[in-house]
Amino acid sequence: MGPNLLSNYFETASMILFGIGFTTLFLQPNLIKKVIGLNIMDSAVYLFLAAKGYIDGRLAPIVVNGVTDMEAYINPIPSGLVLTGIVVSVSVTAVSLSLIQKLYKEYHTLDMDEILTKANKEAER
Amino acid sequence: MPFLANFPFFCIFIMMASGVTSSMLSGKNAFRLNVIALSACLAMSLSLLFYMIGQPQRITYMMGHFPAPWGNEIRFGPVEALIASVFSFVMLTSLVAGKGDIFSDIASRNVNLFYVMINLLMASLYALVYTNDLFTAYVFVEINTLSACAVVMAKENGQTISATIRYLIMSLLGSGMFLLSIILIYDLTGHLLMVNIRESMARLWADGRYRLPITIIVGLMSVGMAMKSALFPFHTWLSPAHGSATTASSSVLSGLVLKGYIILLIKVYYRVLGLEIVADLKVLNVLFVCGLLGMIIGSLDAIGEDHIKRMIAYSSVAQMGYIYVGISLGTSAGFLAAIFHIIVHAMTKPMLFSAAGGMADASGHKYHFDELKGAAYRNPIAGVAFIIGSLSMIGIPFFAGFGAKFYLSLAAMTNPGKMWFVLFALAVSTVLNAVYYIRAIGMIYSKKDVDVTRHKNPLSYNIGMGVFIVANVMLGLFYQNIVDIIQTGLKFL
Repeated sequence: MGPNLLSNYFETASMILFGIGFTTLFLQPNLIKKVIGLNIMDSAVYLFLAAKGYIDGRLAPIVVNGVTDMEAYINPIPSGLVLTGIVVSVSVTAVSLSLIQKLYKEYHTLDMDEILTKANKEAER
Repeated sequence: MPFLANFPFFCIFIMMASGVTSSMLSGKNAFRLNVIALSACLAMSLSLLFYMIGQPQRITYMMGHFPAPWGNEIRFGPVEALIASVFSFVMLTSLVAGKGDIFSDIASRNVNLFYVMINLLMASLYALVYTNDLFTAYVFVEINTLSACAVVMAKENGQTISATIRYLIMSLLGSGMFLLSIILIYDLTGHLLMVNIRESMARLWADGRYRLPITIIVGLMSVGMAMKSALFPFHTWLSPAHGSATTASSSVLSGLVLKGYIILLIKVYYRVLGLEIVADLKVLNVLFVCGLLGMIIGSLDAIGEDHIKRMIAYSSVAQMGYIYVGISLGTSAGFLAAIFHIIVHAMTKPMLFSAAGGMADASGHKYHFDELKGAAYRNPIAGVAFIIGSLSMIGIPFFAGFGAKFYLSLAAMTNPGKMWFVLFALAVSTVLNAVYYIRAIGMIYSKKDVDVTRHKNPLSYNIGMGVFIVANVMLGLFYQNIVDIIQTGLKFL
């Protein structure tokens, strides 16, 4: 187990980062920090994917100098998935930030627990 | 390939196009466009369904004619056509019934944006039902999440926005897990198309390699989807979100959005992993326990609630429990029960939400039971719809909900280890359902010193509710036919 974790250090690091991001998004009461956690979590997945897609000693899949041999390049699909994923997480981040802005205007705090207490009080009325 | 094979793609595309167009229209015109687009999609889904009933088969549709490992695929059979028809029908009817509330709850300059979001939501639901590619599914899951959040917060008051952020955070946790599981699958098998993954998975499983990673993958995916579809203990976001949104939003969210994810999960179990692998993994046992607890705790929460929409929302938690219990039996009878329950719940819950919205309108936009006394006299059609919906949810014979419970208990017989737990939870939960629904009916029909002047409903509301009532009664009388379609369809899923 130990040597495997060390030799696959990209994957290990990305899983640790995923854990950090996930717990931040889940447990952190501050909404802005939650969004940061979300981005760490998503980036960890992209790091994992990029690390998995990379093959030692090969080039990015862009044809230069007329080399068309498949063995010269890495697989482009993981990079494509990372790009798609980045687009998704950027839009999610934008939506969350705009929501947080609205919440801040409404309740003058970024603390999730405080917001919920205030909102519950409103609901009781 | 028949021309009808294009229809699923047309449905997705029409909804996206009408979403883009709605952003440039006024609210009224956006509504009209929406009704036209949804009716067209409903007609196409229904014709596909009747074609599939005549000749049950599985059609694989290559986007842009790129063959399998390069292209993106849509794949469908009778079950997908049935689900798409039900979703289109429910979406259309809920929007028509909720039209009045949409225009009064949402700032008039934003009404067309609400329809943009509804269109994107519907497009993503179609895509989740039809897609054969996991990464496409992920992208549409995110579109679904974002548009559902926008639909919740459309009312733009503090309550809905704080409910939305809770919903958004839970959903994002779920999508994060789902994304990670897809990446791990891609890492293990090198494929993203469901059929190709199935082949590689079967080989890996037969060799006995990568058992632990496969368990983790299935666990991540199941928990991710369970978070998004409000399985107990991830249900806390549901009641504020569904309880505070505008009527049409609540109907659509509880009836369709929760179901889209479950359909995807069923497809992953059935098409990507295969029942043998899933049954070996024991992940289903976790879902089973959560489902059973959800059935009972959701109902208990509903009993403790005096806000009519939040009560109906908690009842959804219990119903999600039923669906997950059906799935987690791990037999094809269990999946049959789950899919049938999805259809029943999708037809009934939006009707209950619309009825609650109508009665609240007739009582000065109040939602607490003490203010809703006699509301059924002020809004008779809503009262009738509420009774039919409640009886169906309780599971009285001759209503659709009875069929759902009946097939769930039949399915329980196929898994002797879990049978008694299911039957016991089903009995307890039915009694609890009866307690709060009958109490609610008693409240809205109580005659003691209440104002019983008729509230004038908008025409759209009466049409929508009438269609809902007829559809639910029909479903209760002819549910056997639906079950037959699902039964044949499961062979082609």
